[in-house]
Amino acid sequence: MSKREFNLVGQAVKGLAPTQLARNPVMMVVAIGTLVCFVMTPIGFAEGEGGGFALTIALLLLATLLFATGAEALAESRGKAQAGALRQTKSALTARRLSADGQLENVAATELRRGDRVQVEAGELIPADGDIVKGAASINESAVTGESAPVLREAGTDNSGVSAGTKVLSDTLVIEVSANPGESLLDRMIALVEGASRQKTPSELALSVLLAMLTLVFLLVVVTLVPMASFVGVETSTVMLVALLICLIPTTIGGLLPAIGIAGMSRAMRANLVAKSGKAVEIAGSIDTLLLDKTGTITLGDRRATDFAACQRVRFEPLRDVAFLSSLDDPTPEGRSIVTLASAKGVDVQLGEEADGATFIAFSAETRLSGVDLTSGKQLRKGAPNAIAAWVAAQGGVVPGDFDALVARISRDGATPIAVAEGQTLLGVIALSDVIKEGIAEKFLELRALGIKTVMITGDNPITASAIAATAGVDDYIAEATPERKLALIREEQASGRLVAMVGDGTNDAPALAQADLGLAMNSGTQAAREAANMVDLDSDPGKLISAVEIGKQLLVTRGALTTFSLANDVAKYFVILPALFAASVPALGMLDVMNLHSPTSAVLAAVVFNALIIPALIPFALRGVSVKVASATELLRRNLLIYGVGGLLLPFPMIKLFDTLIAPFV
Amino acid sequence: MNDVIAIYAVVALLAVPLGAYIANAVGERRGRLDTLFGVIETPIYRLSGLRPDHAMSWQAYAMAIVKLHGALIVFAWLLFMGQGLLPLNPDAIPGMPWDTALHTAVSFATNTNQQHYSGQAQLSHLSQTLAIVTLQFVTPATGAAVLIAIARTLLKKRADGALGVGNYYHDMTRLVVRVLLPLAAAVALMLTWQGVPASYQASHQVEMLDPQVEEVQSVPLGPVASMVAIKQLGTNGGGWFGPNSSVPLENPTPLANVIETASIMLIPVALLVAIALIANRRRLMVGIGAVMLAFSLVSTSAVVMSERMPNAALTGLYQTDAGLQGNLEGKELRFGTDLSALWGSWTTQTSNGSVNAMHDSFNPLGGMMLLMDMFVNVTFGGIGVGLIGFLLYLMLAAFIGSLMVGRAPELFGKPLETREMRWISLAILAQPLVILGLTALTVALPGLAQTSNAGFHGLSQVLYEFTSAFANNGSGFEGLGDDTPWWNLTCVVALLVGRFVPMLVPLAVAGWLVTKRSAPSGRGTLAMDSAAFMGLTAGVIVIVNLLGFLPALVLGPIGEAVTSGTGF
Repeated sequence: MSKREFNLVGQAVKGLAPTQLARNPVMMVVAIGTLVCFVMTPIGFAEGEGGGFALTIALLLLATLLFATGAEALAESRGKAQAGALRQTKSALTARRLSADGQLENVAATELRRGDRVQVEAGELIPADGDIVKGAASINESAVTGESAPVLREAGTDNSGVSAGTKVLSDTLVIEVSANPGESLLDRMIALVEGASRQKTPSELALSVLLAMLTLVFLLVVVTLVPMASFVGVETSTVMLVALLICLIPTTIGGLLPAIGIAGMSRAMRANLVAKSGKAVEIAGSIDTLLLDKTGTITLGDRRATDFAACQRVRFEPLRDVAFLSSLDDPTPEGRSIVTLASAKGVDVQLGEEADGATFIAFSAETRLSGVDLTSGKQLRKGAPNAIAAWVAAQGGVVPGDFDALVARISRDGATPIAVAEGQTLLGVIALSDVIKEGIAEKFLELRALGIKTVMITGDNPITASAIAATAGVDDYIAEATPERKLALIREEQASGRLVAMVGDGTNDAPALAQADLGLAMNSGTQAAREAANMVDLDSDPGKLISAVEIGKQLLVTRGALTTFSLANDVAKYFVILPALFAASVPALGMLDVMNLHSPTSAVLAAVVFNALIIPALIPFALRGVSVKVASATELLRRNLLIYGVGGLLLPFPMIKLFDTLIAPFV
Repeated sequence: MNDVIAIYAVVALLAVPLGAYIANAVGERRGRLDTLFGVIETPIYRLSGLRPDHAMSWQAYAMAIVKLHGALIVFAWLLFMGQGLLPLNPDAIPGMPWDTALHTAVSFATNTNQQHYSGQAQLSHLSQTLAIVTLQFVTPATGAAVLIAIARTLLKKRADGALGVGNYYHDMTRLVVRVLLPLAAAVALMLTWQGVPASYQASHQVEMLDPQVEEVQSVPLGPVASMVAIKQLGTNGGGWFGPNSSVPLENPTPLANVIETASIMLIPVALLVAIALIANRRRLMVGIGAVMLAFSLVSTSAVVMSERMPNAALTGLYQTDAGLQGNLEGKELRFGTDLSALWGSWTTQTSNGSVNAMHDSFNPLGGMMLLMDMFVNVTFGGIGVGLIGFLLYLMLAAFIGSLMVGRAPELFGKPLETREMRWISLAILAQPLVILGLTALTVALPGLAQTSNAGFHGLSQVLYEFTSAFANNGSGFEGLGDDTPWWNLTCVVALLVGRFVPMLVPLAVAGWLVTKRSAPSGRGTLAMDSAAFMGLTAGVIVIVNLLGFLPALVLGPIGEAVTSGTGF
């Protein structure tokens, strides 16, 4: 037995402690039943009858209990292993803390408190989760995300968040620590998979109430059976009654319920989603409306030049060349994509020499244009169409008559028009298009099949937004969105009863993230965003929201399916145990034994063995989750009813018959 | 068999227009009916000082029900004990013992009409008409009122929670005045026409044609027709005479039998139509109606088949080819086995409880079906409470169903949380707790309880008595000597819990849910009106009842059947 397996058994045995069992009434009843059978064992041996039977049942019930606690321990250990791997790096970190007077002191990372400021140099590991307050740096986050490409994090932007254990590759940062030891995101996540401290989620709590009720019903059925049987002159055996009770109460779902919850959390963690509570994962399954930022989720981050459209009476080449020259010094991705497009359209690379010594005029929010002043005196400009039109007019030029139509056409196609001018001449327009992520349209189709409404949020104008929305296949869009509009939209959707999820990373997203039923913050986002959200994506991939929904649904479906299965199983068990219980006193009742089992003893043992073994047999279902492949609710219901309802009704018959045949030679 | 099918068809035909009328009569829109019935209703409101337009929270609604019923129980209890001193008592019937009077008062105030007394011999005309008949009108109206309150809040799309669940007195008064009274008057006239007595005279003393047994027979009379009408229509079931509708004075002709049988089922079915219209949920109600009809057909055909089999005790005593077929023991020859089986299964499906044959003498498996009808108790069910009970199971199914489609549990788009589930669970638990608990206690304490028979049939009798009380049915396995303090008091417990818990818990859930968010339904939400969900609900009903009561049934009717010698 390996160490890990040994630990697992240890954990399973620890789960038998009364304080642990008290959390789960179904298993508590099994434990009491086990004790009763153990007590009946010496009595049986002393009376010379039924001692062996009592002992066998007692051991089988003990196995049932261990399977249940073992399932929980297994789920817990797997969850912890995942979380543990994520935080391994963190333990031995040291930090340089900035004291109030600006002095640096070396301390262990575990001594850092919320609000402390630490300085981190290039090549060092970041000692704690926090927010950059000074500086910008490229950071390798592979320890957290598994992705080794460096990412840029900068103070004062929406990308100011850093995680413990990630490595600063360049520059120096001052970081404000955001969590006390033991309260970091990962610590919270670990608490979610630790059975002992785990809080039950709302639907888990409600399901537990239902299971407790069913347990009470069956307890009543079995207890009242005793005087009723004796009234009609039927002797009942205590051990048989305990076996009947344990077979009837929902031990399958009762035993697997904690494991299902823990496994749901670990599945989220495997997707690098850190939930702050189990409720967040659960609620993800019920989301009705997804608010998705266009940039980064639906489209690749940057727009690219896709076309040059010249005004009438302007030839194509000058437009291309001016676009090329004006963008050579432009560091933005858009600028670079213009150069690429011009090259592809056959620009003479030698032309670049014309730009030597040119003055670059950077884009600003006021002028909304950029460009170069060449040494030859030529002024080349590109920018927002109305800004360029105004600039051309100011130079004494005339805006061509078809310019507005050109701009409108490009906008309608979902592209952003960038006008290009040389001095007094307005040459034409560059189309900057969003590149829609590959496969995203299929994702939205899946979401629609699941009944989830998608809303794209973008700062673009309505025309551009509607074109992109149509191409990507979202249900709705909000153009020219501000944080206030996002918040208002969330409230509106919630007022109509929908559960809303949204993704955000900026400080101004924080209110909307907090208002949303599921707020998913990017790990790269600001501290405010990460605190307001109830889930954080370590990969900082806004598309993760879709995975979150799937994980949530899976968690709920698994609970529902196994509850149905557990209940449906009972019918077959009645047909096994009732004849076994009464056949001795009323042989005519043997006709209820539809499976024609070997003997009452073997029949009851077979039922109890089935009842015990079904728990480990279903552990893979509990840990992996029941599949929620794209289907409407009605299809899902029909399929799950067929598999877990009808299947649960039928499966025990052949299985119990099989166990009975195997047991028969020994009784 | 054809007559059974014909009576099903009569009910289906009449229920649709009646349902539309009920929806119109109790709906919110004002119309001509308000002017017409205002003549009666306005003075009632003015005299009682009630404000019918004052909206109540669910708590206030429930409290009003509890207060009114508490007052009516006390009133009826005192009246039954003191009837010997009061007028309208031509046969000089003495007051009832306190425990029988209490049981009778509670039994009628819970729409059960379980009778531990014999009607014509132990109640005066005053008690019958003032206490019994009043309760026979108030209790079905209350069930329907709660159902309408739930329909308004839980079932109606975009219900406004701020307005509460309605006004109990308003709902109840309108149901009595506009629905029950006119309908009962029509049926009473038809029954009078068929020969059911309608008189305040004392018993007639009649000389026997064959004076060997008795020289003079006393034929008790009274305003019977008017009571029998509401007894049948209001899922009440408590007859004027001890043997209920098996006696010719209560059920004289084949036509009277058809009228009375159809009356059992009429309003419970019509309410499905009414709720479909009031809440605008046609597909849902068609689905629920289909499940109920399926249960009804299974039960009725099983009972019909069972009663066509010979009675094991009479094997060999008569020749089956002599025209006497089936189990005729305890049945009126004029009705035969089919019409007795139809009445028996309908009266237990709807929690009516009137009988035209003795259920105690049904073959064991026939008797078992009657028991199962009462366990389920939502096969159309009692007026209002049948559909309310169905909704309780539907809530359970919605909880499991939502999970199975990957959503946090919700009911009609509103979240079902721990508080709701705790009470729903409690309401479901109450049934096995009361029925099995009291049955076990009774058979465990033979000295206290006194059972009439030993063995399987004895257990069936005890089980039937408590099941009938909890299901607010009222029929009995009449071999049981049940007029003792033990039976009276334990049944009072079963009656009260069985009436108020399953009726008020769904009202509370509706009251809680109406203030919660309501997710619009779509592809991703559980379609409550889909065939798959109705299948799940039917499955939940069958499984919950089968798992709870199968062991008791094995020790009762099934044990009796397999040991009877005939096997059924």
